[in-house]
Amino acid sequence: MTMLPTLPTPKKLGLVIDLDVCVGCHACVISCKEWNTGGYGAALSDQDPYGSQVSGTFLNRIHTFEVVPEGGEVVGEAGDARIVHFPKSCLHCEDASCVTVCPTGASYKRSADGIVLVDEDKCIGCGLCAWACPYGAREMDLAAGVMKKCTLCVDRIYNETLQEIDRVPSCVRTCPANARHYGDFADPTSKVSMMVAERGGIDLMPEQGTRPVNKYLPPRPRKPLASTLPLAENTDGAKGFFAWLDGMLDRI
Amino acid sequence: MSPEPRLALSKPVSDEVRKTTCYMCACRCGIDVHIKDGKVRYIEGNRDHPVNKGVLCAKGSAGIMQHYAPARLSSPLLRTGPRGSGQFKAISWDEALALAVDWMGEVRARDPKKLAFFTGRDQSQSLTGFFAQQFGTPNYAAHGGFCSVNMAAAGIMTLGGGFWEFGSPDWDRTKLFVMFGVAEDHDSNPIKIGISKLKSRGARFVSVNPVRTGYSSIADSWIGIRPGTDGLLVLSVIHELLKARKIDVDFLVRYTNAPWLVVDAPGTAEHGLFARDDEGKALVWESVTEREVANGTKGARASLSGRYQLEDGRFAVPSFQLLAEKYLDDRYAPDLAAVETGVSADVIRGLAAEIARVAFDESIEIAHPWTDMNGERHASFIGRPVSFHAMRGISAHSNGFQTARAIHVLQALIGAVDCPGAFRFEPPYPKPVEAHPTPHGKAEHFGSNKPLSGPHLGFPRGPEDLLIGPDGVPNRIDKAFSWDAPISAHGLMHMVIANAHAGDPYRIDLLFMYMANMAWNSSMNTAGVIKMLEDRDEATGEYVIPKIIYSDAYASEMVAYADLVLPDTTYLERHDCISLLDRPISEPDSVNDAIRWPVVEPDRDVRGFQSVLIDLAGRLKLPGFVDSRGVPLYKDFADYIVRHERRPGIGPLAGFRGVAGDRVGRGASNPDQLKRYIENGAFFSAHIPLEAQFFKHANRAYQDFAVKMGFFDTPQPVTFQLYSEICQKFRLSAQGLREPVAPETHRERLEMAFDPLPDWCRPLEEAGVDRAEFPYHAVTQRPMAMYHSWGSMNAWLRQIHTRNVMYVPGAICDEVGLSTGDWAWIISHHGRIKVEIARSDAVNRDTMWTWNAIGKRKGAWGLSNDAPESNRGFLLNHLIHELLPPKGDGMRWSNSDPVTGQAAWYDLRVRIEKAEPDEVSRPTFAHVGRAGSTHPSPAELRYGQEWSE
Repeated sequence: MTMLPTLPTPKKLGLVIDLDVCVGCHACVISCKEWNTGGYGAALSDQDPYGSQVSGTFLNRIHTFEVVPEGGEVVGEAGDARIVHFPKSCLHCEDASCVTVCPTGASYKRSADGIVLVDEDKCIGCGLCAWACPYGAREMDLAAGVMKKCTLCVDRIYNETLQEIDRVPSCVRTCPANARHYGDFADPTSKVSMMVAERGGIDLMPEQGTRPVNKYLPPRPRKPLASTLPLAENTDGAKGFFAWLDGMLDRI
Repeated sequence: MSPEPRLALSKPVSDEVRKTTCYMCACRCGIDVHIKDGKVRYIEGNRDHPVNKGVLCAKGSAGIMQHYAPARLSSPLLRTGPRGSGQFKAISWDEALALAVDWMGEVRARDPKKLAFFTGRDQSQSLTGFFAQQFGTPNYAAHGGFCSVNMAAAGIMTLGGGFWEFGSPDWDRTKLFVMFGVAEDHDSNPIKIGISKLKSRGARFVSVNPVRTGYSSIADSWIGIRPGTDGLLVLSVIHELLKARKIDVDFLVRYTNAPWLVVDAPGTAEHGLFARDDEGKALVWESVTEREVANGTKGARASLSGRYQLEDGRFAVPSFQLLAEKYLDDRYAPDLAAVETGVSADVIRGLAAEIARVAFDESIEIAHPWTDMNGERHASFIGRPVSFHAMRGISAHSNGFQTARAIHVLQALIGAVDCPGAFRFEPPYPKPVEAHPTPHGKAEHFGSNKPLSGPHLGFPRGPEDLLIGPDGVPNRIDKAFSWDAPISAHGLMHMVIANAHAGDPYRIDLLFMYMANMAWNSSMNTAGVIKMLEDRDEATGEYVIPKIIYSDAYASEMVAYADLVLPDTTYLERHDCISLLDRPISEPDSVNDAIRWPVVEPDRDVRGFQSVLIDLAGRLKLPGFVDSRGVPLYKDFADYIVRHERRPGIGPLAGFRGVAGDRVGRGASNPDQLKRYIENGAFFSAHIPLEAQFFKHANRAYQDFAVKMGFFDTPQPVTFQLYSEICQKFRLSAQGLREPVAPETHRERLEMAFDPLPDWCRPLEEAGVDRAEFPYHAVTQRPMAMYHSWGSMNAWLRQIHTRNVMYVPGAICDEVGLSTGDWAWIISHHGRIKVEIARSDAVNRDTMWTWNAIGKRKGAWGLSNDAPESNRGFLLNHLIHELLPPKGDGMRWSNSDPVTGQAAWYDLRVRIEKAEPDEVSRPTFAHVGRAGSTHPSPAELRYGQEWSE
């Protein structure tokens, strides 16, 4: 097994994902793929890319669910089905079971910033970490035979050849709906910490005890149109309307 | 514990960044293409770009896989086997161009209308249209006829510009945003950016859409309307607003034709037309002096109601009197509208109340003085922060023109047009109908070896501008601008093959197409169209459509039906211009245009279609493309972009004009223009001064700016046309009252469709079939990660949508006994498809839906024969006929809007029956050969492996 660093790490870098505005466009999925297939570690391969069994390695995926709220819930009106798009990648857990389960020390959590990475030189492709992760956030690359996962774009966020504004994960950089935010959760004054505090950010599957760093912001409460007070209708017909109109014109 | 590995964290991303413009859809975002070792390493959004401001969608990021797709064509191809066999031989460009010139030159001399040139997802219509005009065929259009001509035509005719490329919601200020019928249509990144912005400000987003996916999934209020009834919903909202007196009277008097006097003389040729003075100016009734004066007369207080006798003895009423009387009628009451729309009366009332509350109780003000076209000074801009947007869900119905008109009328009634917080125009719009050309293609407009005398496409001012023969027979192969579709401003590409095959109105010799997958997902009645392309004349043994030249970058289904294939480059390998003369990318506060340039060189024998077209034009010695000695004027498209002038000093690009590159809009051509664009990030942006940013239709500073920029040579203010005189002219013809009168066969249809005040009627297919036999609707939606047929050849995007299923509402599933994973027959008046279904409740209860264009034909797009796209995937197109069901009179009308000819894809009515499980969707199609395949599809991809540590 592999040891976790001393917790908490001085920095807790991660993502906030805003489910109120995610439209499920997959921009983050593909941007992640193109950045990381030429970035950290082995390429993200695709098997049978133009055939029947097409399947590739993706470090970030969007799952789409249809839910029918029972009412009183913030995601929609009672009985009114809606679609929820749920982006999912490694949550860089504090208590990362994928790290502790690793037999070779390949999986590790960085002591400085808490990012969970795989040292591909040590990875033997046994797949134990994928079994241990309750979120299904790890993907074995079939061509390289090593485990791949979200690196939080570690090769972007510290990359001094990039302009400072671009030192964010590729998925955050590209998200058209501004549903993805990156920052340090160890700092209570950081943008991501404030968003989580204001919007009631939640842990994914907290009962697993993994203490994920990434947080999800639930959809904002909604007010049905039918609850809007109807306009006071005037019932005196077209004649009354034109009389009112003349009055309005006199005032212009 | 072993020490953590040391990581190289500051490796340069690439050797070089080349900035250009995306073409993965019609959005035209700015992209930074990172080049490493001569290959594309990474594509990201350009932060400085006015369209996408740094972000990029899935399609844009997947450009790498589009560029390296094995489906790419590699060289010109000449068909050797029968059409559809995919048997071709590679030929040289010299051979290909010589053959094309031979075919085209012969037609041009003999009878130029026998060449039909139609382009699909073309972003260079300014060039392709100019080519067609100089060639001299009347038969040219792009794909707007099956895309969104209803939006475009209704927008131009009502406001001087509508949604999409003509304007945008004021995302930063709007407090209520109402969107109709948009899944992931055009302008996708700006819409995503905008919706996110307004939601984070606490503004309300209402989505009117039968299907609750994509944008609708995050709407604060979803109105799951029954397809094709949006117009009635809007008119019902108007009814409520009028009853509650929640309209902006000042706005109506100032900016609309509400006060214009309409002649009241039933049974005469002038009934319902505007009363005008000798100069043609519309008259209004001056209420103080009680006499008629020309609209715009200083100090005049115009009436909006009443009936007045004019000096010439005729009677007339302000058009607003007609409008108010019409919509106050109880037939638009929410309780009645609820029955057709499936939207509860409470929700309709709630929507109306919310619109009124935000427009009038939450108005905003930008304190900046401005002057209107009458010279009146205003201290500030008053905003009614209710904005609207609509697209194909409105447009692709046979009542879509009137529905789009209804939305625009609603906008004007509450004063929410081009003010802060509302829908705002994007330059060069607004542009009144009068500033658009009339269509050209009358008999006297064309002939052997001469150019068409003017642009093909435009706006008829009345039936006198139709392109028909003396007997009423259409001049154009698609019957555009005929009695069948009088205001078909974008043509009817969806009818070209069917009409040419039927010889109605005539046969053609040469079909020339670009980027239009007519042998598959871009045609209604796909199997029928395939047969038309394969059919031979029994007498001669020749194909009924004798010759087809097609240009595309990929081995689409249509390639297999071409006789001569001109392989296009990818968007990363060629020059393009995103021009103000074409489909602009301006924003409400800035005038923008952009270029593409070869950021990588082609590795195969392909050429950009636009350069090929210019080459062909030179070889054909078309005027405008050669000098007086017949020497070609332009080397290629890049040269044309820089040196072509449409009017003196006005060229395809507005930026960096003049010999020093310091002129904007107007100026001499600048040989360094493309270099300057590249240095500037491949785009140009000119800021509109604050004083000119709002009320552009009536703002002196904006109109002066527009003239300075070269949009117009004189100011072109717009008066919003709530009441459409053009429509009334067609109606009078339909009533037999005004010359030219409409043929008897067309009168009932035209009279119904051309109401001068927007009205709603049931979509034509629904009205034409037995509603009990076909009780449901079936529609498609474009997924966010695909652009029509583009995407399946992309190894990354196809993993998101590898196949499609039919989503069926729970109530229908329960009725028919279906659950997710079952198979069912979906049956229309025209055909049946057998598909896998999935249950969904996030959809209108009478509507089933599926993703658009995921189904592919075996052999196409570089996919293996067992690819899910061509086995489980399917098209809804097989259920949709290009003609409406036959009626008693034996006529079969085009399945299109009777006003604009817009293809009515979304009118489809179906029933559903449970079927035995299956392995493949039905119908099935024979395999098309892999046309010109030179790059086999690999078994595995490891893109970028050479750059890994």
